[in-house]
Amino acid sequence: MREIKVNTPFTEEVTAGLEAGDMVYITGTIYSARDAAHKRLYEAALKGEELPLPIKDCVVYYLGPTPAREGRVIGSAGPTTSSRMDKYTPTLLDLGLKGMIGKGRRSDAVKESIVKNKAVYLAAVGGAGALLSDRIKSSKVIAYDDLGTEAIREMYVEDFPCIVICDTAGRDLYSEVAGKGC
Amino acid sequence: MREINVEKLTEEISRMCIAINHELSPDMKAAYDRAEKNETNPLGKRILGQLRENMQIASSRMIPICQDTGMAVVFLEVGQEVHFTGGSVEDAVNEGVRRGYVDGYLRKSVVSDPLLRVNSGDNTPAVVHYSIVPGDKVKITLAPKGFGSENMSRVCMLKPADGEQGVIDAVVAAVRDAGPNACPPMVVGVGVGGTFEKCAILAKKALTRTVGEHSPLPHIRKMEEEILEKANSLGLGPGGLGGDNTVFAVNIETYATHIAGLPVGINICCHVNRHISTEI
Repeated sequence: MREIKVNTPFTEEVTAGLEAGDMVYITGTIYSARDAAHKRLYEAALKGEELPLPIKDCVVYYLGPTPAREGRVIGSAGPTTSSRMDKYTPTLLDLGLKGMIGKGRRSDAVKESIVKNKAVYLAAVGGAGALLSDRIKSSKVIAYDDLGTEAIREMYVEDFPCIVICDTAGRDLYSEVAGKGC
Repeated sequence: MREINVEKLTEEISRMCIAINHELSPDMKAAYDRAEKNETNPLGKRILGQLRENMQIASSRMIPICQDTGMAVVFLEVGQEVHFTGGSVEDAVNEGVRRGYVDGYLRKSVVSDPLLRVNSGDNTPAVVHYSIVPGDKVKITLAPKGFGSENMSRVCMLKPADGEQGVIDAVVAAVRDAGPNACPPMVVGVGVGGTFEKCAILAKKALTRTVGEHSPLPHIRKMEEEILEKANSLGLGPGGLGGDNTVFAVNIETYATHIAGLPVGINICCHVNRHISTEI
């Protein structure tokens, strides 16, 4: 198992250096967006409107945190299931999205689009929201405030731990694991 | 007749919502410890280590274990000698959930209408299952349910001829299909028998059983053990990244059923299997 420190944004040079199974520690700015925000981003993209986040080489985290207590940056902040974003993902990848952090399997269409767009899909450990919240050093809502926990947040993370699931070469760690015993 | 003011339900439920979202019950902690000891896959062991650290941070710094603090499922077992005073029981339960989720900085994950999808703002309503039992006590069991795993649950209307093997295969298939989406190691609640809705409620109830305890019925216990072994031999492991611990426990509850049927409800729960009970 390789352990790699990387910085955002995820340029093609960064994504090319990551392989399925790598343990990655991310430092830099990432953006939270889950179901409702994805629907809006997708609809805006289809209309050709400008998106409220810098989509080129962007890393998106599928997250809806718990509310922050007073004096804290954010509440519990683990990943949600990525497959619910599958419908919207290829469109965002075509616009320049390069990294996605979530958990769980992706559709074939998403996996093909990941390869085509030289992007990566990473998993954070599901159900480790308290641990992961510790690695988020700042957070502010930048769009869709009305969506509450589902708003888009700009977050600065330090050594945020992830595992590469789908890489630019088309490997998928989940399929490789499932192939062993199922 | 014993009188109980419904405010007592509100207080207890509010307290339990906050407590169980920050610290799991002792049976679940023991399950994590066992898994970390016997896991042979290095990555799996590492994930389990992260989960242990996560739980320590959650309870010591009051950050919910998981950001999906769930939809509140409440089992109310009401003694038939009890007379509730002070208002509606269901309103009191929902007020408890409201206070717990608002005051406890828990996530509001409930939309009021499944298609219009506007957030209710306070995580209400709860899903409440009532039963009337002998006596003058009220037992409240709260199980806030996350939806990453809830989405991987299912009901199978098997045929009687499918028998024990059919049930085993159905549960193992559900675990395999749930895979990494359901945040393994999972706890699997299974309801066998009854009707379409009964088996689903039994499966939910099974998730509230103390992990590590088996069914008192010998043939059901044997099935629990066999499914556990088969599911773990899938090798999905912690986080679905490979390993020995895919499932912490398989809890099966049964009920009488129709001569023509073998309903099986399979309720998948992630490793954050929150369940807490109290008696008034």
